[in-house]
Amino acid sequence: MTASGWSLGEAEARRIEEILHEFLRQSGVASALLIDHTGQTVTGVGASLPDRDGLASLAAADYSANDQLASLIGDVALGPIVHQGERGSVLLADVARRVILLAVFDRRTTPGLVKFRAKGAVQALERVFTGMARDAGQGAAPRMEGAFLGEAAEEIDRLFGA
Amino acid sequence: MSMINYASREINCKLVYYGPGLGGKTTNLEHVYQKVAPQFRGKMISLATETERTLFFDFLPVDLGTIRGFKTRFHLYTVPGQVYYNASRKLILKGVDGVVFVADSQVERMDANIESMQNLYDNMLEHGLDLTKIPFVIQYNKRDLPNAAPIADLQAALNPGWPLEQPARQVVTPDPNYPGEFLIQQYDGVWVERAPAFEAVATQGIGVFDTLRAVSKLVIKTLG
Repeated sequence: MTASGWSLGEAEARRIEEILHEFLRQSGVASALLIDHTGQTVTGVGASLPDRDGLASLAAADYSANDQLASLIGDVALGPIVHQGERGSVLLADVARRVILLAVFDRRTTPGLVKFRAKGAVQALERVFTGMARDAGQGAAPRMEGAFLGEAAEEIDRLFGA
Repeated sequence: MSMINYASREINCKLVYYGPGLGGKTTNLEHVYQKVAPQFRGKMISLATETERTLFFDFLPVDLGTIRGFKTRFHLYTVPGQVYYNASRKLILKGVDGVVFVADSQVERMDANIESMQNLYDNMLEHGLDLTKIPFVIQYNKRDLPNAAPIADLQAALNPGWPLEQPARQVVTPDPNYPGEFLIQQYDGVWVERAPAFEAVATQGIGVFDTLRAVSKLVIKTLG
């Protein structure tokens, strides 16, 4: 975690990717992404997806809207959501109330198998994120160096026309 | 919350355009989409009604490029302005790094502006965020209309300022946009800060990038 948000280190990223690769292998999904609840992609494995940012923002909004719907009808926890299409399907599942597992799959597998394997992947991912939350409470928050801030401000002027 | 991903060396920041219905939030994003070169932005996604009113949100990713090895992106969102859609607005504010309040300058929309500003403050509080402590700028849009209220009236109603408690920041700071006025100054012994404000005609692109540049720089500062 940082003062302004949160950060992901290389060791955790490696472990997360291992879990996602294992999920891919066991379930037959084409792609698996982890996105945070603001719609930003944390990491992903598998086939590349067209407009990944757009997909992540829509998936986060979709999950949040369904989560709110569940709470409005008195349900405390939302289970995995599956959108089953003719050619492509999507599964969304919460991980430790921190991130969302987004799996994209087609007819080469079945929603039942994907849901079943997603459960194991979510449990493994939850252990990683629980460890990250514990570690975040122990160290100083990482920050970007001054040179980064200066160059970023110059890029903003260049892109948005000073 | 901005996310620093040290593994993939990416930084993503979330900016939200807030304000009353028909104030010009979507128009701001559409102008950015049209003017920023395609290699620096993604597709714009709009979840709108049949009458092109925003139903859930608009989304536009803008890529600053790779800075010191970190791919840096801003994700721009709008909220639906209509009062009815408060649940959606609240969801979009989740994890916000910076806010642009797009006010409608028309005299007749003053009450709608005030109601929306109060709603923004309340919704931020529900996420545990204090609007006065995160990057926040105001845009007075539709300055070309004959019924536009004077800036002084808009500032008094929407941007009166808030007490500034950090001693290190208690320095008189002139407002670069309004000569003779101040972003930080002392009133009756109390230090008061106001949000930077920009005048705009979003349909013509006037003031759109000034606003975006200001809030983006404030967000980048928070990473340091």
